[in-house]
Amino acid sequence: MSGQRGTPQLICEDLSLGYDGETVAENINFTVCEGNYLCILGENGSGKSTLIKTLLGLKKPIGGEIKHCGGIKQGDIGYLPQQTAVQKDFPASVREIVYSGCIAKCGLRPFYSKAEKALADEMMGKLGITELSRRCYRELSGGQQQRVLLARALCAAQKMLLLDEPVTGLDPKAQADMYELISTLNNEGITVIMVSHDFAAATHYASHILHIGAHTQLYYGTTEGYLESGVGTAFAERAVSENG
Amino acid sequence: MAEIFQKLQLYFSYPFVWYALIVGLLIALCSSLLGVTLVLKRFSYIGDGLSHVAFGAMAVAGIFGLTNNNYIVIPMTVISAILLLRTGQNAKINGDAAIAMISVGALAIGYLLMNKFPSSANISGDVCTTLFGSTSILTLRQDDVILCVVMSVIVIAAFLLFYHKIFAVTFDENFVRASGVRANVYNLVIAIITALIIVLAMNLVGSLLISALIIFPALSAMRVFRSFKSVIICSAIVSVVCAGSGIFISILSGTPVGSTIVAADIAVFLIFCIISLFIRRKA
Ligand SMILES: Nc1ncnc2c1ncn2[C@@H]1O[C@H](COP(=O)(O)OP(=O)(O)OP(=O)(O)O)[C@@H](O)[C@H]1O
Ligand SMILES: [Mg+2]
Repeated sequence: MSGQRGTPQLICEDLSLGYDGETVAENINFTVCEGNYLCILGENGSGKSTLIKTLLGLKKPIGGEIKHCGGIKQGDIGYLPQQTAVQKDFPASVREIVYSGCIAKCGLRPFYSKAEKALADEMMGKLGITELSRRCYRELSGGQQQRVLLARALCAAQKMLLLDEPVTGLDPKAQADMYELISTLNNEGITVIMVSHDFAAATHYASHILHIGAHTQLYYGTTEGYLESGVGTAFAERAVSENG
Repeated sequence: MAEIFQKLQLYFSYPFVWYALIVGLLIALCSSLLGVTLVLKRFSYIGDGLSHVAFGAMAVAGIFGLTNNNYIVIPMTVISAILLLRTGQNAKINGDAAIAMISVGALAIGYLLMNKFPSSANISGDVCTTLFGSTSILTLRQDDVILCVVMSVIVIAAFLLFYHKIFAVTFDENFVRASGVRANVYNLVIAIITALIIVLAMNLVGSLLISALIIFPALSAMRVFRSFKSVIICSAIVSVVCAGSGIFISILSGTPVGSTIVAADIAVFLIFCIISLFIRRKA
């Protein structure tokens, strides 16, 4: 396939996804290499979040195989979840949340080490939320909250990030900032896999596109190839007509 | 005023009053620690369900006429806590219904057994005691106190050791699992600690009022404070202060200990609600 560079980190072969034996999507094949920026596109309910959860090992695939290679293990992936309502009244400071990204590193030790705290502080600095560190998470703006969760994900893993709709609910300015931030991280060498509804941004920033349709994969390959294929144009026209 | 002071002085010359105070404060401290987690994980009712299981277990223990009920009650409650957590995960019976089932079932069987095999002549008195707490926890014997101190130390130590994990699992379980940590182990720890706390608190407030003891301090603290640590510390302080003043008031005015403590918790909750209104207006 053209445009692949670097060592493969994640290989999905003939993956089927679903819940309780009911298949949501099948025949999913793709390879993510070091430094790639993969965008997963698809309609609501096509199984994007399910794919993310399967990649993270939160649920088992119905069929097929996920291979981790190139020095990536199951726990080496930082995860930014699609926003959930449960945490709306959660009393937690920004710092407590970002520190909790180091949870896997500290094993059975009951407290965080100096190095782990330093890492968390560094990530907060990188994402420009150092001044917020003592603030309460639930009182932040949507964009600030996403930065906090991104900082937490970066504490957990510095090689690969899985982002499930990181810009949903943000205003256009915050969306643009978030995309720039993710792009910067990607340029620093972090592999990015992102779920998105935003055709324009996806094709602008991503190096590769995975498009999931009803029940099956419609396209996987480089962004250039996607723009030339019919799949992309149909989705783009739909997106344009929906958005305005 | 001097009169009250004298009365207290008299009471505190007896060791059993000290026992009651020690046990009451320790139980209050333990139960407040996990309250925040249980409220946030939407497990408020697990406390309720487990306390009913403990009630049933007490009835069973009564049949065997054991000297110390806790040897049956503790294992049964811990096992139910683990089972409840399991059913919460596999979706055949959802967690909500499972809790209701186990809790009401245990209550019914427990009451049935108590009537069939009465351990004393005064059944309704016994039932009332188990439901609303002993009319006085002033009847504690030394081995009750020792057991309570040992269990409290275990609960507090486990909470401190697993504090960061409990926070992470409460805030975002999926993230914890995704980063390769076995979240279920920590859920298990939470379940076991909860069960221990409930058995402890049965002595103080009885099985119907346990949820109040666990949840009110947490809810009060969450009104005013905004970080997990400060909420935990505040709810521990609120709980201990309320338990202390509740015990004093009940000694002085002869009210039942359990409901006096819960009344104090409710009063603090209302005060904290008002405080939070002022804070919000200023912000
Ligand atoms: N926990 C679950 N149990 C059973 N079915 C589920 C569960 N979660 C999602 N589904 C179903 O799986 C399908 C895919 O859901 P998924 O959340 O992966 O969609 P998505 O592509 O992420 O959609 P969106 O764009 O709205 O986030 C949907 O039909 C949904 O109804
Ligand atoms: Mg989704």
